[in-house]
Amino acid sequence: MAKETVLEMQHIMKIYSNGVVANEDVSLELKKGEIHALLGENGAGKSTLMKVLFGIESPDQGKILLNGKETTIRSPQDAIAKGIGMVHQHFMLLPSLTVAENIILGVEPRKSKLFIDMKQAIRSAKEIADKYNFDIDVTAKVEEIPVGIKQKVEILKALYRGADILILDEPTAVLTPQETEELFVQLEKLRDNGHTVIFISHKLDEIKRICDRATIMRNGKSMGTYSVNEISTNDMSKLMVGREVVLSFEKQAPTLQGVMLEVKHLNAYNTQGVQKIRDLSFEVQGGEILGIAGVEGNGQTELVDAITGLSRKYSGEILLKGTDIRRESIKAIREQKLAHIPEDRMASGCAAHLNIQENMFANQYTDARYSGKFMLRSRAIQSRCDELIREYLVKCKSQKQEVGMLSGGNIQKVIVAREFSTGPDVIIANQPTRGIDVGATEFIRRKLLEFRDAGCAVILVSADLNEIFSLSDRLAVMYKGNFSGIFTDVAHVTEEELGQYMLGLKNDFANGGVSHE
Amino acid sequence: MLKNILSPDFVNAILRASTPILFATLASGIAAKAGITNMALEGMLLFASLFGVIFSSLTHSFLGGLLITMAIGGLIGFVLAFFVLQLKTDEILAAIAINLIATGGTVLLLLAVSGDRGASTSISSVSAPVIALPFIEGIPFIGAVLSGQNLMTWLALIAVVVCNVFLYKTPMGLKIRAVGENKNAAESVGISSKRIQYIALVLSGVLCSMGGYFLSGGYMNMFTKDMSAGKGFIALAASSMGADTPIGGFLVTMLFGIAQALGNLMQLTTIPTELIQMIPYLTTLIGLAVYSYTVMKRRNRLGAH
Amino acid sequence: MNSSVKRFEVFRMFFAIVIALLISFGIIFLVSEQPLTAIYTLITGPFKSKRNFANVIEAMIPLIFTGTGVCIMFSANQINLAGEGAFHLGGLVAAVVALQFGLPAGVSPVVAILLSGLAGAVFTAIPAILKIKTNASVLVSSLMLNYIALWFAMFVLMHFICDPSIGSASYLIPEASTLPTLIDRTRIHPGLFVALAAAILGYIFLFKSRIGYELRLTGQNEGFARYSGVSIVKVVLISQLLGGFIAGVGGGVELLSPIYTRFSWTSLLGYGWDAIIICTLAKNNPLYTPLAALFLAYLRTGASIMARYTDVTLEIVQITQGIIILLVVAEQFLSGYKHKMIAKEAMASLKEEEVQ
Repeated sequence: MAKETVLEMQHIMKIYSNGVVANEDVSLELKKGEIHALLGENGAGKSTLMKVLFGIESPDQGKILLNGKETTIRSPQDAIAKGIGMVHQHFMLLPSLTVAENIILGVEPRKSKLFIDMKQAIRSAKEIADKYNFDIDVTAKVEEIPVGIKQKVEILKALYRGADILILDEPTAVLTPQETEELFVQLEKLRDNGHTVIFISHKLDEIKRICDRATIMRNGKSMGTYSVNEISTNDMSKLMVGREVVLSFEKQAPTLQGVMLEVKHLNAYNTQGVQKIRDLSFEVQGGEILGIAGVEGNGQTELVDAITGLSRKYSGEILLKGTDIRRESIKAIREQKLAHIPEDRMASGCAAHLNIQENMFANQYTDARYSGKFMLRSRAIQSRCDELIREYLVKCKSQKQEVGMLSGGNIQKVIVAREFSTGPDVIIANQPTRGIDVGATEFIRRKLLEFRDAGCAVILVSADLNEIFSLSDRLAVMYKGNFSGIFTDVAHVTEEELGQYMLGLKNDFANGGVSHE
Repeated sequence: MLKNILSPDFVNAILRASTPILFATLASGIAAKAGITNMALEGMLLFASLFGVIFSSLTHSFLGGLLITMAIGGLIGFVLAFFVLQLKTDEILAAIAINLIATGGTVLLLLAVSGDRGASTSISSVSAPVIALPFIEGIPFIGAVLSGQNLMTWLALIAVVVCNVFLYKTPMGLKIRAVGENKNAAESVGISSKRIQYIALVLSGVLCSMGGYFLSGGYMNMFTKDMSAGKGFIALAASSMGADTPIGGFLVTMLFGIAQALGNLMQLTTIPTELIQMIPYLTTLIGLAVYSYTVMKRRNRLGAH
Repeated sequence: MNSSVKRFEVFRMFFAIVIALLISFGIIFLVSEQPLTAIYTLITGPFKSKRNFANVIEAMIPLIFTGTGVCIMFSANQINLAGEGAFHLGGLVAAVVALQFGLPAGVSPVVAILLSGLAGAVFTAIPAILKIKTNASVLVSSLMLNYIALWFAMFVLMHFICDPSIGSASYLIPEASTLPTLIDRTRIHPGLFVALAAAILGYIFLFKSRIGYELRLTGQNEGFARYSGVSIVKVVLISQLLGGFIAGVGGGVELLSPIYTRFSWTSLLGYGWDAIIICTLAKNNPLYTPLAALFLAYLRTGASIMARYTDVTLEIVQITQGIIILLVVAEQFLSGYKHKMIAKEAMASLKEEEVQ
């Protein structure tokens, strides 16, 4: 394969303003006419690298060589002009417009200078669709076409703007197997036409099937580029998931105290009405931590939303200490001593413009200690808040400081303090330490163990396998809306094995998967 | 009563009542398509109705007055855009501020220019001309409807078509709709959303000022204090009921005109005038509720399936 | 909020007011033949006599009511502009009760004012209910409702309580229902204390009570409030009911005060819009509404004295108000300066941490 190099990213370093090192000395080399996989877990730095390439982020160090010449890419427009196109995971399409309008937006063909030459637009759109064998009705409105076609429109949009290098961000995540297969045929055609495709994915079988080479990323670093023919899926998953230095916890054997939470035949749907969980059943006992691993988007969010009462778009039964919560309000569920550390701390975990004190009692202000029938007991709240700030080591000027002014780790400590201070029996911790500093991370993990030792049932959903391994008493892997594996002997699960379950290479309950629509 | 409804006068009354609101509705639609709620329509109408009087009097010409008024309307749109887009002012509060400035500013200006308080009685302004159509005039009913309309009414009807072509057939219109629907998607293909929203708000100001011009130079023949009387707000509601499209806005405005004209007829009956005055606002409110409800239901259905 | 940012916000507001006043003075120079006299009268007028100063206090009262009411409505993040109509209906209901119920002195004003509040509450709840039931925009429906309130009040005035000898005003409000004058040769009335009480109670409600806390949680981050177990529908309804109640009481108090002898409101008075500037200046905290109302009332009174003695009209105040809103709400106004300050503080606290 003596193909010429079209693009090189050399020693890219990107540090975000909050101090997170997203890319550390990452290099990527693309050859003309190849499909190049970019493989890595969530947060491994793939998206950052692609944002740098597409001009959304500027790198702190390193350079980009396009056709051998050093270049800087200042903006997406700049990237488009230089022949780089990107298909985002969340489509950048305008639903109320037609396919042709979406394709020509910003580069409209005109007639008599003033008007869009719609006929020409449709013709050009058709031409480009035909050229790459995309079977699309370009006059249809985007809101009326299925997801698979939408993605084709995105690809056509990039091609229409003259993209030679095409970045596809997890393109198959939303496709059915048939649509995926169709996409692959088209990608191969693009490759044969001399286009270069960057294929971002978690799915090893797909990478095996379609890609020529793969660059594997982990923790912001590149783990090397491999020819796909010469590396096994096992090795790939090991490189991708490999465990870092484990913060070790001295953990006693769990003392189980009976079932606290029971999920029976759960089928749950996301806000768009797409089924994300299919026939899932499990139970959690007091005194154990059930870790749930899995690639994001396999139903974890919907599971947590259903258990905490935030979403009622489900069928099946969820029993919290034996009572069905279907008809219970969120407040009533919380009064059953359920604590919830939410996935997105700024969206639903706090109110950034309210102060620490006001954030600290959002889940328990109705408690008789903190309010009477009408009024808040500010003295009790104040002294309890100071106690919690001390106990949870929240670094702040005073409890009157706005939460939004604190660091991520300290905001998370406020949330954890609030959730744990009610003395919960069940804790749902969704990505409890995502994006926060080491100190706060360790603190929060210790707290989770403390509560587990005190008899609390804990569900820990985390993309951080380190966290999952070091805390879980049982470990379940979520894949396509159900568990693909459940391990009771966590210490003996290898990361390699876990990776295979996460990526669907292995599935102990194979017939329970959700087919995408 | 029925005879009254079937008369050309009734159709004329509809068109007369709906002309200023139609302009403002189109103005609201363009801003909304670019993703901005233009609640400053009320103040824009008021300013324009005063400037129309002042400048048509100064230039001794209807056209001169109209053009200058439209330019000033565009300028007010620009000021609104500057505060909302550049200084990140809340668009509703910025609009409230502009409306307040219009309420006070028009009275102050009127006094400074003419010494009049409350109404521009001493300014000899030039109203928009009435268009007589020589041959059609003679045709029964149709002639009486088509001929003798104010020029601004014709312009409003033309504006519906122009706005429709502009929004749906030109590159700028496409960009406006793209920015309003999904800023990120538009920016991902190199469209500057800020620039587009500036343009949309300036156009919105220009259109709205034409409605204001008609208020004091057609609908009435002078400026009176607070003469916009909530018409800008009605336009805001009418536009959103018409899904912010020019055609939709036109239909809703006509419906509103019919309600208004019916109300005028009812004044001949024993129904109290105060309740009749309430009709436009009440129809708008009910219409809005019904419209929003159907949209909500439709969206829920889509979500469920 | 940390203290230096707070100080900056106060400074910024002060600066915005100064600029707005300077622009207004500029306009006075443009339109007036005696600009210096006009500006001098505007500023010193309210202090010229006891009566003038009393006018400031009188003008403050309705502003405190609507300002407090709107603060509560806006705190739940509902852009409900029906405060205007609530005030108007409040006045109407007070007049009707005073004229038609024939209650004894002492009881009558209390009943009238309470019913005014009730009318206001029901009225401002309509947009919220429409929003919940039909998803209609609160902003647009509240705008329409204000005019409906105006014409409804006109209808009642003309057909039920109209004094034919006057034309478009009600019969004289009987003495049993009017609020007394507190200080001789002024029209300052006990409504002042009710207004101050409303502001203080509003503050206590919003910042010290359970529902007020729920309301602020909802207004600041609805997703967080829901997650915490707050019933959003209940909170939105209560906030709109209470806000309208206070605005309605304001209308009732105003009508029964010595300032009016009859119900003669044939157009909207604009207190709903004034309330928005009060709210903006008070940063949605009812406790500061009397201060903001004092400022606005002072400006109004000064302007009306100016209008009486010079050739500048009262309406200049609306321009000043508009500019103040624009500048105070403009996030980017002086934002460069604010960023520098926050950065400086962040650096300082980093250093502090290092030392520890």
